[in-house]
Amino acid sequence: MLRFTIRRLLELIPVLLAVVTVTFFLIRLAPGGPFTAERNYPEDAIQRMNEFYGLDDPLPIQYLNYLACAIRGDLGPSIHNPTRTVNDIIAQNFPVSLELGLYAMVFALLFGLASGLSAALRHNQWWDHLVMPVAMTGICVPSFVIGPVLALVCGLHYGWFNVAGWEEPSDRVLPAITLGLGVAAYIARLSRGSMLEVLPQDYIRTARAKGLNEGQILIRHALKNAMIPVVSFLGPAAAGIITGSFVVETIFQIPGLGRMFVMSAFNRDYPLILGLVAFYAVIVVFFNLLVDLCIAWLNPRTRAHTVA
Amino acid sequence: MRPFFQLCLAVSLLLLSGTACSKREKQARPDPADAADTAKILRLGNGSEPQDLDPHIVTGVTEHNIICALIEGLVAEDPETLDPVPGVATRWELSADGRVYTFHFREEARWSNGDPVTAHDFVFSYKRMLTPALGAPYAYMLYLLENGEAYNKGTLDDFEPVGVQAIDDRTLKITLAAPTPYFLAVLNHYSWFPVHPPTILQHGTIDQRSTGWTRPESHIGNGPYVLASWEPDQKITVTRNPMYWDRATVKIDEIHFHPIGDHATEERTFRSGKLHVTSTIPIDRIAHYRDNQPDLLRLDPYLGTYYYIFNVQRKPLDDPRVRRALSMAIDRATIVERVTKAGEDPAYHFTPPGTAGYQTDARISDELGEARKLLADAGYPAGEGFPSLKLLYNTSDAHERIAQVIQQMWKKALGIEIQLENMEWKVYLDATQRGTYDIARAGWIGDYVDPNSFLDMWVTGGGNNRANWSNADYDRLIREASTTLDPTQRFKTFSEAETILMKESPIMPIYSYRSKSLVDPSVQGWNPTILDHHPYKHLDLK
Repeated sequence: MLRFTIRRLLELIPVLLAVVTVTFFLIRLAPGGPFTAERNYPEDAIQRMNEFYGLDDPLPIQYLNYLACAIRGDLGPSIHNPTRTVNDIIAQNFPVSLELGLYAMVFALLFGLASGLSAALRHNQWWDHLVMPVAMTGICVPSFVIGPVLALVCGLHYGWFNVAGWEEPSDRVLPAITLGLGVAAYIARLSRGSMLEVLPQDYIRTARAKGLNEGQILIRHALKNAMIPVVSFLGPAAAGIITGSFVVETIFQIPGLGRMFVMSAFNRDYPLILGLVAFYAVIVVFFNLLVDLCIAWLNPRTRAHTVA
Repeated sequence: MRPFFQLCLAVSLLLLSGTACSKREKQARPDPADAADTAKILRLGNGSEPQDLDPHIVTGVTEHNIICALIEGLVAEDPETLDPVPGVATRWELSADGRVYTFHFREEARWSNGDPVTAHDFVFSYKRMLTPALGAPYAYMLYLLENGEAYNKGTLDDFEPVGVQAIDDRTLKITLAAPTPYFLAVLNHYSWFPVHPPTILQHGTIDQRSTGWTRPESHIGNGPYVLASWEPDQKITVTRNPMYWDRATVKIDEIHFHPIGDHATEERTFRSGKLHVTSTIPIDRIAHYRDNQPDLLRLDPYLGTYYYIFNVQRKPLDDPRVRRALSMAIDRATIVERVTKAGEDPAYHFTPPGTAGYQTDARISDELGEARKLLADAGYPAGEGFPSLKLLYNTSDAHERIAQVIQQMWKKALGIEIQLENMEWKVYLDATQRGTYDIARAGWIGDYVDPNSFLDMWVTGGGNNRANWSNADYDRLIREASTTLDPTQRFKTFSEAETILMKESPIMPIYSYRSKSLVDPSVQGWNPTILDHHPYKHLDLK
């Protein structure tokens, strides 16, 4: 298991290098640059700024300079936010996205598993018929609809929460629900499906024949197997949720990383784009690794595989 | 599972009941002051996160709104007319030739750390602004100073000959390159604001960017407020500056600037009572406020023009008759009534109304018959043989709606087909700057209240002359106006220039902007001003 983990972590190096390289050259292809503005900057001012940010060197030199700094952990200055470095931005904004993502994830898991499993246990009964269309709706309705509706209803109409902001603890509730709802719906459908697949299998019947009580069968035998597809889905989903969401952060005015990422591309803030892409690559790889480890733990067959 | 089911039922009922909430919307919105305790806290929507608070580096309105709470220039603004009133300087004299201003500083003017504000600080600040290596984007504003341009372009190494001298600690002499009637108004642009020299030098050199001196723990200003905290993408808090010379006038204890970029979110925040003033209003909400809560709605004239640019280097737009025909064939009144809907004024010339009393006879006519005749004269009777041009705008619903309406108007009136093309912001900017477009939308906001801020840009080779238009008479008139001392004669010269501009029509003015905002009735002294400036020290909360 340890060797497997180390190998996967080592694989991160070529992945990161490829991601950074492709991004570095790709963003330069987009028309406009960091100093393209509605009101033209004078030529010499642009030249001074290019010099300041090292953008006047030939591209390969810039690339090598960037790599040299990045290896030491210095992701450079943000051009659009001259008072902050890319490292500052990640350090300040990522914890916000992480916190929001965790709440959203917890909400999605609790809500999704509860509805999915309960629907599976009442297969083809009215509860099942109620939950599944609701889940389907949850998957289909985008967060830019759910967010404003929640803000209008729970924020403005009932006044339970602030409509936007990230100051009070209660400010976490609406964005977490908005962010987690789609995932919850997906989990509900996945867990119901896999539970339905697992329940009629022989080993469950064997467990029943041994006289185990129903709760034990469900939790220790059925659920463990039924969770495998859910867990494989959770890896990328968690990475997606935790790295922040442009839409949710915009609707609720949250100082997270997702909005920074999108805006960095609009602003042609080259160092910030690169830094965040690399950072996201690390997160995605990390979560995929976590999922593989979880699955290995859940499923002994893959465990044997990974150890070999 | 029963309680869980009940919970789900409750949630769905809740969501359903929410759809009925629009009917009850008229209930009184909470008073933003309730959220505050005894201190008077003004909460402003600021549109977006400021890039920096260094007056010599920034370029936007967002930044201006915060910087003018923190720093005061030689003069300040009258809260109603924005006319220059004493700021750091108590009085000033102008020489007979209109080129030399002498400013006398007030003794009580202090930086927020207690240092006196001296004439030397201003010399340092203007030197910093003009230092080539700083790369200040607005350095050209200081080209009004004698030799300012030469120093900024690097042709002059010595700062001595530049037209700014400290006679003593409290007397500043400014020598202009040419008489500039709008000079005092320009002083309220942040490019002319002072910075605290010891703070700048403590954090770096005079020509260094991004040194972090604008962080709350280091920021030193001389304005009515000091920077208390800066939480990126959440809020910026400024509090009373106990060192400010006019602190007795300041009534509001704290101002919170909320950088809410999403218009709908900002409006919801206002409705929930967490904002006193918004930076704008979603267009589709204007009608609602006009009908139901007109006391909250402010749609005030704003010094800006929305217009289209014709690329005069491309056929058939190189023919002034074609450009005029296009400009005459649109129905501006319909556009402002049906599309933009915020009470904008249709623009028949480029300089917006209310520009320091400037009046002009220059006007693009809206005679359809004449437009058709011009197009026929140019060789396209009833639009026959007119090439399919592209109309470029940056991706936005508002721009798209206007473009669609104009596309229809041209089709109906002139029989020509135009294709619409939208581009992401920077791609659009790149295309207009390179001149790889046929017709493009644009907007221009004046930096200061004078026709020069609108007409100067269309001179041959002007940095923002994206039409690539050139006219020797126009250039001559603008040059002439810049050296004319008599205000009436000067405006007349500008008017003649603008007549040429409209006759040649490298641009097609569409409407004059309105500043759009929601203002809570508790805010006192939020006057409509043409630059949407609201000097904070005169504001109060009821």
